[in-house]
Amino acid sequence: MSKLLEIKDLHLKINEAEILRGMEFSLAKGEVFALIGPNGCGKSTFAYTLMGLNNYQPQSGEMIFKGEKINDLKINQRAQRGITLAWQEPARYQGVTVREFLSLGLKSRDKEVTENKLREALDQVAINPAQYLDRFVDRSLSGGERKRIELASLILMEPECIILDEPDSGVDIVALNNIANVINYFKKSGSGILLITHSEEMLEYADRAALVCAGEIIREGAPSAISDYFKSFCFPCAKAEDCEKEAAS
Amino acid sequence: MNDYQMMVDAYKSAGGEDIFADSEVAHLVLERDQVLGKHGVEGLKVEADKISPGAVKVKITVKAGYKIKNPVHMCFGVLPKEGRQQIDMVVKIEKNAAVEVRADCVFPNAVQVQHIMDAVIEIEEGGSYIYKEHHFHGDHGGVEVIAKSDINLAARGQLVTKFDLLKGRVGKIDFDYEAVIAEAATVEMLARISAQADDQVKIREAAHLQGKDARGILDSKIALKENARADIYNELTADAAGAMGHVDCTEIIKDQAIARAVPIVDVRHPEAKITHEAAIGSVDSTQLQTLMARGLDEEAAADVIIQGLLND
Repeated sequence: MSKLLEIKDLHLKINEAEILRGMEFSLAKGEVFALIGPNGCGKSTFAYTLMGLNNYQPQSGEMIFKGEKINDLKINQRAQRGITLAWQEPARYQGVTVREFLSLGLKSRDKEVTENKLREALDQVAINPAQYLDRFVDRSLSGGERKRIELASLILMEPECIILDEPDSGVDIVALNNIANVINYFKKSGSGILLITHSEEMLEYADRAALVCAGEIIREGAPSAISDYFKSFCFPCAKAEDCEKEAAS
Repeated sequence: MNDYQMMVDAYKSAGGEDIFADSEVAHLVLERDQVLGKHGVEGLKVEADKISPGAVKVKITVKAGYKIKNPVHMCFGVLPKEGRQQIDMVVKIEKNAAVEVRADCVFPNAVQVQHIMDAVIEIEEGGSYIYKEHHFHGDHGGVEVIAKSDINLAARGQLVTKFDLLKGRVGKIDFDYEAVIAEAATVEMLARISAQADDQVKIREAAHLQGKDARGILDSKIALKENARADIYNELTADAAGAMGHVDCTEIIKDQAIARAVPIVDVRHPEAKITHEAAIGSVDSTQLQTLMARGLDEEAAADVIIQGLLND
């Protein structure tokens, strides 16, 4: 599979604290690559760095998307090239309807907005268009509803690389099934998915996985092997020497 | 083209509906002190008379028990670059009557225009008055609006006021609304304003929940940029058992704009409750960056957030 995204020796410090310490991996088209690790290990920070959020500018290393170094691109420029991020806690918007919100991604990528497209995207995430298109994307939506609308907006945007940050956090079983369906949908359409999670259950949707610890990837391989290792050595966190011994064996 | 047609055209350009030929829709059209059009319907009386140069007295009466089917449309304005319009308005909603008024105030060419509204509103028991006021002041910032309302809402009555000025310049706005609310009556006062350049917005809205189980909401949402300034004084008092209310003021600022919110909450009965919330700041960065991750540039993303806030 051809490389869609390459991360090379990425380092990020925030207020003198070293958060990312040489992150390095690649993602292929149509591949689901999971980054798993305990809370605070730098997974979400990596997601924000890849998306180019304010204050997440790496000091060294390279992020290469479709052969282009994107380190200096703004968030919207990265999005226009085909990268997007689904936040762990999607933002809510007073006075912005689901219809308007879903249309934004289409418009920004110069795609025509049609009622059919909006309805089909909502159908994909089991949201009834008639009931939701004119509702506001505000606090009146439950966490699960908001996440499903976020996924519908990704479907419409048709990104080539999607960063899903903790997609299963705070969602009900319906939304969880939708997440699985949407991951499969994107995989079939050839998009690369970076699945960021601290839950080993999510690894079943991945083709490959890596374990992140203290800002670096310490192990990469088949999802089942990474899941076993994660369960055995991260809860509670094994001491560094235990990790090293296990790794050596 | 005559003044009437010019006013109607200005009204339509500002987003007003084309209703003036509909005999089932009551309306009133005023240009400065000229009464250009006036129409009532059964149960609703519209009176308008020039009382002095630049000033008109308007009286709206809805007879007891009448629920007026179609919203009443009012179009006020000044067409030339300079001028003055003073409206002394008396609104009387009799017992169990109901009406909705949509007022469009248009000053499309204003360079130096003053619009003064002095209203006395009386809503009798069980009456309902919904007043939606939309302003368009043009691009010069040459409009000064001074509006004062004294409102008396009787038992089980309803009052909703919604003011919006979302396009073009504001110029200067100075509102002072005061409402006394009786038993089981409800009041909602909403303001949505987008200000820029050296626009100045001053709003004082006060509602006094004096009757048992009275309800009140004062909600202002203001977006400011460049050198605009807003001072919002929302005052809600509760003096009776079961009286409840909420004061909410949200202001988003950019550039050198200045925003000030002064919520006053005064509760004088142990079974009454009032809450308040005020937020002033720039556009939320998570909201902004989420939209940018959909491909919008920063300015377009901020516009979506601000317009959403003002449309809420």
